[in-house]
Amino acid sequence: MSRALKVASAFGLLAACATAPTPLTEQPKATPRDLEEVTATLKRDFHARGQATMSRVELDNVQRICNLHADNPPREVAQPLEEAQLKAIPFPSGSLMGDWKRGERIAQSGRGSMWSDKPGVQEGGSCYNCHQISPKVAAFGTIGPSLAGFGKLRGSSPEMQRYAYGRIYNSKAYNLCSQMPRLGHAGTLNEQQIKDLVALLLDPASPVNQ
Amino acid sequence: MRAVTCGVMLALAPSPALAQQSPYAEYQRMTAENAPTELFELEGEEIWKKRQGPKNVSLERCDLGEGPGVLKGAYAHLPRYFADADRVMDLEARLLHCMMSLQGRSREEATKRVFGNADRGSEMEVLSAYVARHSNGMPLRPGIRHPKERASYELGQKIFFHRAGPWDFSCASCHGEEGKRIRMSELPVLYKPEFARPLMATWPAYRVSSSKIVTLQWRMNDCYRQMRMPEPDFGSETTVALIHFMTVTARGESYRGPAIKR
Repeated sequence: MSRALKVASAFGLLAACATAPTPLTEQPKATPRDLEEVTATLKRDFHARGQATMSRVELDNVQRICNLHADNPPREVAQPLEEAQLKAIPFPSGSLMGDWKRGERIAQSGRGSMWSDKPGVQEGGSCYNCHQISPKVAAFGTIGPSLAGFGKLRGSSPEMQRYAYGRIYNSKAYNLCSQMPRLGHAGTLNEQQIKDLVALLLDPASPVNQ
Repeated sequence: MRAVTCGVMLALAPSPALAQQSPYAEYQRMTAENAPTELFELEGEEIWKKRQGPKNVSLERCDLGEGPGVLKGAYAHLPRYFADADRVMDLEARLLHCMMSLQGRSREEATKRVFGNADRGSEMEVLSAYVARHSNGMPLRPGIRHPKERASYELGQKIFFHRAGPWDFSCASCHGEEGKRIRMSELPVLYKPEFARPLMATWPAYRVSSSKIVTLQWRMNDCYRQMRMPEPDFGSETTVALIHFMTVTARGESYRGPAIKR
């Protein structure tokens, strides 16, 4: 092959490869137009099934801001939204500590809020999917931080109960674009279940704190 | 020709042996040795050749993109744009198209049971396994030149990162960060080629935990179920765009399925 031809074919190869899109190296920011386009597409392409109604496709302001900022909005944008989320948490009065044994079952169960689940039945929080919790359970996920020893490190003061309750009810009140579902806000867990999870985390007798 | 050369070049690019680092590699290797995929492929061949529908014809003249009835390499070049449907289709959307146009079946009837169970698989699952087998060893080279292919890839990318639903999940919630697990399952970062390559090169697959062939349309459907979203239509633009986005990200990888999965 002549040198000229070699050079030409190398260029040809580069040109061919250049037509393929360059893979991303990080999460991109969406534009308002992207959000409109995707929401319209999902509305057209999805259908309600069981309890999973089409209203679930609509974005709320938290989702909108997180999508627009690739989960990293500027502080001045995130803060007022976090405050509004916090304000909307219906904190029960009195002790927020339920039964850690029931909490353990709730943490284990990955069911609830899916189209395949019975409507109106609150089952689980899918907690082990993402967190290490009781050190006895080996099958835990790692998307969220380990919660082993959570109460041992922090105690079980009313303030800590309130923090744990709020964080489970609506994680976005503390970190706007947290990957953790807003389990109370979404209706996946009820008040008693969240109290049971608070006990799982904070009760000195819970395996989490052994 | 250029595209072929480019594909070959990319196929030769080093692909990190992620599976070898995994503590589950040995389990994966052992189960792969006894994969019963061949039985399902044979079943798929029977259905491919079976006369069905109001027109009482087989799928043997179905054009999967390489010409009517051509199976070799068809799967490796999907998803791609089809002029007769004026849209991008993946294998399953195309099979459905053929069932409707060639066999005269209704969408409703043909999609009544697209995902089977351990007792009885589905027509779509075994057909997918049968067609995919004919691309074994060929580099994945989905369509990307046609403007609608471009648009499908870009839409898929946007949907991949789009957080929505009661749990605020996007695909990236689970497939966006390296080294993470859900319970014991390691999560591939599917917008990055080094993770998309080994994954996309092995679907459809025999899934040990459900004792049947699982397809990419099923995977999209079941992810949305777990994301607490409503159900995507089978073969819709959304599911095809996601599959297209991930397949383009994996392009160049040699297809080695139908494989076996946990």
